[in-house]
Parts: sequence; structure tokens; C-alpha cells
Amino acid sequence: MFITVNGEAVSLREELSLKELVAFLHLEQPDYVTLLLNDRLVYPSEHGTTIVKDGDTVEYLYYMGGGQP
Amino acid sequence: MSGERIAEAAGRIRLSNEQLDRYSRHIILKEVGGSGQKKILAARVLIIGAGGLGAPAAMYLAAAGVGQIGLVDYDTVDLSNLQRQIIHQTQDVGKPKILSAQETIYAMNPDVKVNTYREMINAGNIRDIILDGDYDFIIDGTDNFPAKFLINDACVMLKKPFSHAGIIRFQGQTMTWLPGQGPCYRCVFREMPPKDAVPTCRQAGVLGVMGGILGTIQATEALKYILGVGQLLNGFLLTFDAKTMAFRKVRITRREDCEICGEHPAITELRDYEQPACDILRQKVERFRGGAE
Repeated sequence: MFITVNGEAVSLREELSLKELVAFLHLEQPDYVTLLLNDRLVYPSEHGTTIVKDGDTVEYLYYMGGGQP
Repeated sequence: MSGERIAEAAGRIRLSNEQLDRYSRHIILKEVGGSGQKKILAARVLIIGAGGLGAPAAMYLAAAGVGQIGLVDYDTVDLSNLQRQIIHQTQDVGKPKILSAQETIYAMNPDVKVNTYREMINAGNIRDIILDGDYDFIIDGTDNFPAKFLINDACVMLKKPFSHAGIIRFQGQTMTWLPGQGPCYRCVFREMPPKDAVPTCRQAGVLGVMGGILGTIQATEALKYILGVGQLLNGFLLTFDAKTMAFRKVRITRREDCEICGEHPAITELRDYEQPACDILRQKVERFRGGAE
């Protein structure tokens, strides 16, 4: 199956939970990544139970401060 | 509404010959014209943080002729700021940032009035600062999450459009919130990150130009809002990676259960959040001075 992660196609052998997907992708700071599934925020408490299906779109985002000082 | 206030105030402005010359490259744009330039001259923009993001945003908005620019910052200019905060000069080191920025703006464009607030924003003063100048648009140029969440919450409560941006290392992100439209910052980044989870530029470093790129996009959003031109970044988080030169517009949606802009907001009054503490910088500087890096 294929999903889209941050705009790029990713091939998966099987359906994964979002938590498993974060591990599969070796994302930095997995505990602090913000995940959107099909444009909608998924709460961290639901990462383990939310399953990514064929054709889904996942975005991972990080907090960014910056600016000053 | 801000749009009505701007249009009404713009109607009282007559462009001088000097202004027709100064803003000629705006005025020949069919999306701007003389009427659009008058809107810019009538507009009021508040920039919170006169640093990496706020400096370029302030300079471009001043050059564009934004009539009133409010600057909020408590800090003084530090030598380490000058790598990216181009509104300040070497001789300004030690001077309050708002005064240094004000001098640069006044030297650039006498049409602009700069309102200065040498304060750190908090739950007790942000409402007064925003309402003091009856600002039409707010730019978040802060570096810390207590301030970013506070600006979001205050702007949603006061129904003031604002631009968020963040930068770190070679990356940046920005989004715009408009009253009654699209998601707010909390719809995406629901809660403050835990202490030490996210380093700031001071701790992790930032390529100097990142503030220029993202801060200029924030200024662009302010000008588009003032002019009523184009599509703003409401409903999108624009991300930028300087290493790959990739811009991405990530679609984001409003959460009905959002704590501040949702159907039944849990946050009904502003409050201060704890500043995240992190000693990554101190450790790095000590390692460097010790010859470890």
C-alpha cells in the first residue's frame, strides 16, 4: 500500500499505527512530533490506536520558536 | 472590522507628490494603485519581537508605508543579534531594541509612526498593547512558546488577525489566522511543548537569512490583508527547508474542540505559561571554550 508522508509517496507492506509509522520513518524527537492524518490533528494519546490506511496522507510537524532574541 | 477602519481612514488620505514618487512601484500595480497605497498608509501593524523575524518584517512594512507600526520588545541589542537582525547596527549594541528599530525606520521612511512598548508581553499587558493602537494585524516575531501561545489566545479572543512564524537551524514555518476563518495555532500545536523539548535559536542556532525569509513572508501576509489581495495562509502551515529549498503548504483544519477557537472554548481568560528552561546553550558554549568543539 502507498501513503503520502510530507508530500512524498511511502510504500508500506501493511497497515501501521501512527506510532509505528513514526518509528518506521525514524523521525527525530518522536515524542514531540505533531501528526496530521488527512489534514486533521491526531492527539498523541491516539497515535498508538490510529491506523494509517492505503491512500492516507500524513504530515509530521515540529514546534518552531525562533525570531528573538 | 479592521478592513472597514482601514478603508474609512484611507479615504481621508491625499497622496503628496513625494509619496506618489516614493510608492510609484506599488501604485502601478493594478492590485494596489493609489487607493491601495492609501490603505497601507492608513494601516496599523503590531510586531511583537524586534528580533530575527520582527526586524525584516518591520523594515519592509516601514518601506511600504504602513502608517503605524507598533514594536514590542524588552531586550537590548546584543552583538550576537547582528548576524540576522538587520534593523540594528553595530553602534546600537546595548541600546533597547525598540529604540534602535525606531531610529532605523524613521531614517527609512518619515511617513511611518512607530509606537514602542519596552515590555515583555504577558497575560496582563497583551490585551492593552493590542488595543492601545487598535492594530489591524499582529505579527508574532517571538522566540518562545509561552509568548506564541499567548499571542494566539489573545488574538483569537480580540478577533485580531495575526501571523505566526518560527525558525530554527535551516527551517521555518508560518501560518496566518483570520477571525472566524480557518484554524488557529492551537488547532495544530495544541499545547505548550514540554520543558527542554524544543530548543530556541539561541540554543540550537539559526542560519541568519531564515528570519529574513520568514519575516518577509509575515510582512507579505500583513500587506495582503491590508490590501485585500490574494489568498492568505489561513488554513495552511507553510513550511520551508533551506537545505532543499522546499516550500510546502500543509493544509490544516480547525478543531471543533480547540481550547480557544472551538465551539466551546475551555480557555476563557488569558494566562501566563511557564517559560521553558533549557541549558543547551550554556553547555555548548562551555564545551566550545573548553576546546571540545
